[in-house]
Amino acid sequence: MAQLLSSPSDLQAARVPRLDKLGIIIAVLVLAAVFFLPFVISRPNRIVAGMALPISGALPALQAIVLYGLIALGSVIGLLRVPSLWRLASSFVVVLSLCLFLGGAANFLTPEGNTVARVSPGAGFWVLVFAFALIAADALVRLRLGPLARIGVLLLVAAAIAAMLWAGVWQNLSILKEYANRGAAFWAEARTHVALAFGSLAVATVIGVPVGILCYRRSSVRAALLPVLNMVQTIPSIALFGLLIAPLAWLAANVPGASAVGISGIGTAPAMIALFAYSLLPIVSNTVIGLDGVDASVKDAARGMGMTDNQVLFGVELPLAFPVILTGIRIVLVQNIGLATIAALIGGGGFGVFVFQGIGQTAMDLVLLGAVPTVALAFVAAVVLDALVELVSPKRVPSA
Amino acid sequence: MTPGAIVRLAILILLLAFLLAPQSFAPVFAPLTRFGAPPIYNQGSLLDITLSHLWITFLATLASTIVAVGLSILVTRPFGKEFLSLSRSLANVGQTFPPVAVLALAVPVLGFGTEPTLIALFLYGLLPIFENALTGLTNVPRDVDEAARGMGMTGWQRLVGVELPLALPVILSGIRVAAVISLATATIGSTVAARTLGEVIIAGLTTSNTAFVLQGGLIVGILAVLLSDALSALERLLARRAGLTRRAEA
Amino acid sequence: MIEIDGLTKTYEATTVVDHVSLTIEKGEICVIVGTSGSGKTTLMRMINRLVEPTAGTVRIDGRDTRDRPAHQLRRQIGYAIQGHGLFPHRTVGQNIGTVPRLLGWEKPRIAARVDELLSLFQLDPALYRDRLPSELSGGQQQRVGVARALAAEPDILLMDEPFGALDPIIRSKAQDDLLAIQKRFGTTIVLVTHDMEEAITLGSKIAVMDKGKLLQYATPAEIIARPATDFVNQLIGTGDRPFRLLSLETVLDHVEPGEAAGDAIDASLSLRDAYAECLWSGRDAIPVEEAGQRIGRVTLSRLTALAARPQ
Repeated sequence: MAQLLSSPSDLQAARVPRLDKLGIIIAVLVLAAVFFLPFVISRPNRIVAGMALPISGALPALQAIVLYGLIALGSVIGLLRVPSLWRLASSFVVVLSLCLFLGGAANFLTPEGNTVARVSPGAGFWVLVFAFALIAADALVRLRLGPLARIGVLLLVAAAIAAMLWAGVWQNLSILKEYANRGAAFWAEARTHVALAFGSLAVATVIGVPVGILCYRRSSVRAALLPVLNMVQTIPSIALFGLLIAPLAWLAANVPGASAVGISGIGTAPAMIALFAYSLLPIVSNTVIGLDGVDASVKDAARGMGMTDNQVLFGVELPLAFPVILTGIRIVLVQNIGLATIAALIGGGGFGVFVFQGIGQTAMDLVLLGAVPTVALAFVAAVVLDALVELVSPKRVPSA
Repeated sequence: MTPGAIVRLAILILLLAFLLAPQSFAPVFAPLTRFGAPPIYNQGSLLDITLSHLWITFLATLASTIVAVGLSILVTRPFGKEFLSLSRSLANVGQTFPPVAVLALAVPVLGFGTEPTLIALFLYGLLPIFENALTGLTNVPRDVDEAARGMGMTGWQRLVGVELPLALPVILSGIRVAAVISLATATIGSTVAARTLGEVIIAGLTTSNTAFVLQGGLIVGILAVLLSDALSALERLLARRAGLTRRAEA
Repeated sequence: MIEIDGLTKTYEATTVVDHVSLTIEKGEICVIVGTSGSGKTTLMRMINRLVEPTAGTVRIDGRDTRDRPAHQLRRQIGYAIQGHGLFPHRTVGQNIGTVPRLLGWEKPRIAARVDELLSLFQLDPALYRDRLPSELSGGQQQRVGVARALAAEPDILLMDEPFGALDPIIRSKAQDDLLAIQKRFGTTIVLVTHDMEEAITLGSKIAVMDKGKLLQYATPAEIIARPATDFVNQLIGTGDRPFRLLSLETVLDHVEPGEAAGDAIDASLSLRDAYAECLWSGRDAIPVEEAGQRIGRVTLSRLTALAARPQ
């Protein structure tokens, strides 16, 4: 396609510095966010309607001017076709300052000693962060970072967020006020959430990989099992949680000792079982796909050299299929981190507790307290596992 | 008719029977209730709730399809090429967001009711459809695209006559994923006051009425499986029509 | 007539085609031959503007190819490629009818043309018209690809390694078919290949390309006899030169009166085949027949003389 773009446009490029198309979209977004959307919402207490404030109303005049200036500078750099590294650095600085000034706005708007007033980020803040994160994402895509470099960027961002939390930059922000009220509960639910997502994954991996090997070797097992797992995967989570309640309740009531080991109709048990059921399909099917994908000539050569079936499996097939199996694990982990939220509806705990409590109390800050860590956890899991998959995959030799 | 199709048809008929005359199934669910609680959901017509659930799913998926396919066409044309790799990674990253989180985050912005659910479903549904449409539109075999240009088809003629028909099965596969996710997430939508089958399950959970939970769960589960099966069958049919299946096997 | 004048294509720093000029007469088969990366395909693709030249012009029958939109130009020029590029979602008939439909032909005319071409390529229209490409064998797909390129009765046919994916037997059959069809319609053909053997079999003129430059543009006999550079020589293969020379002419061209013993060979075969037959059967002369009638003989001494480097 690029070959088709005729030369006249290349000539134009040499004469006039062209604007970046994405930069133009970003600039429009930024203008809209700065002039028409509130930077923060300030409320006298957590559930009443609030007052929408632009940057100029949310910060002392000097700080507001500095922030306006930084946003303008970042937009201009976004508009110009400068090297990706510059764009990455400038957008990173703008996002960082937006975060710092958001905390500043909360401090500025909260009267000394007032614990019921709430200041939360407004749509303008979110759109600005989104716009500059988009420039950063574009720059990252263009830089084609390797897997280790991507994890490095992730660590850098995580460190920046941790530092701001530790320094108390956001202490007057509504979401952290919610956190302050339930710090212990937050960490307990976090542990439950992680235990649900990772525990179900671990069990599913231990069982799913051997089942996958069995499916690979016996097509009759494959034909019988995969459609069932596929069907389970389509059943909506809350329905599956619900469907497990009746049999588990029956077990708890009728099997001696079942309730003693924690099996009951509601709670962690049905959540764990459902998450495990969802995890099986990606792991089993990716194991089968991975093993199927091993080059037939490689298997043939291994057999021809006198390796036994098990030697071929452990020495050749599984190592070669590993990247595909790991991709299955990535799918499951990201999916389970999301689905674990819903466990809260059946008393299974996790971050969903805050989401659904918040919805119930129309306290949006509480919803955020549950949703933001869930999203962050899923995102981190995806980035890390994608990088791992790339690290263990055979390097593709660029074709001539 | 295959045994699988007969089972599906039987389940569909059973589902319809239950939705049209739920009370006649009361004896089946009665053993699950305690202290004389009603065995059949009694806070609204199950049929109405099911139709409302399906309608929300349909609207959201339709809107996602139109917008996502449109966007995918834009970024695969020469003037939109610059956005191709960025939009691809955004669709990729976007799908790490749990659908529930999208719903939860929509509420602070949009409030309660059917609309936020609809918009959250629409936004989330964009991602799989967009990703698949991109895959379909960019994976037209090189020699086919080359031949189409060499014979003097214009960009528009290639899009309508070659690229879209060849991408259709892959796009449909994305629509299936989006529809199944929408159906599932719509269930959660009842926690933000959307009228969906989630309210049956949640009513059961809050009143410890296992019969309600089971009814809601069964209806949603059966709908999801049937919907996914039907769309998969359509996908296979289209792939065969597009001459793709045999080509892949050859 | 195609006049290529100073044609150049540069991608950033690399020059893929470098000031190539050549004229292809009407009704000729011009084979562009070269190794991969020689610029041969790019040169051909600039004729129908699938690649826009950086400099230089292409004129077809005196008319600059840039005086109309590229897609309209392409509809006037047949185009067949390696791997055929058939539309997998359209039937054989619809595939062949693509360009006529783009040109707005009436339906009955398209249908008639499709059937005519299918018959010409020995595919029963009733049997194959409504099949999908995936339901054909590789050789059949390739024939449909060429039929599709010829559908709108173009004066010019561009072919990019059209037989590259075929096995040797089907390949030589396809080459014979192409020659027969070219004779019938008088189409001007520009064909790209990396195979000198194919170039000599098909070409009335051969253009040898290397590193973007046109090294030699001449008849096959000229190229074999007087290769312009070492590279051309290498491409022909010094060990094969006499046999390549013999393959250019048929027995009919050199039959002489007289008798010979043993089985006869057909006059339409190449001198190379006759030479091989002499050596294999240990005869100094073999009888020649045309349509079953003996018309004379060829002798080993005459063949040996013909295989020598022309002076």
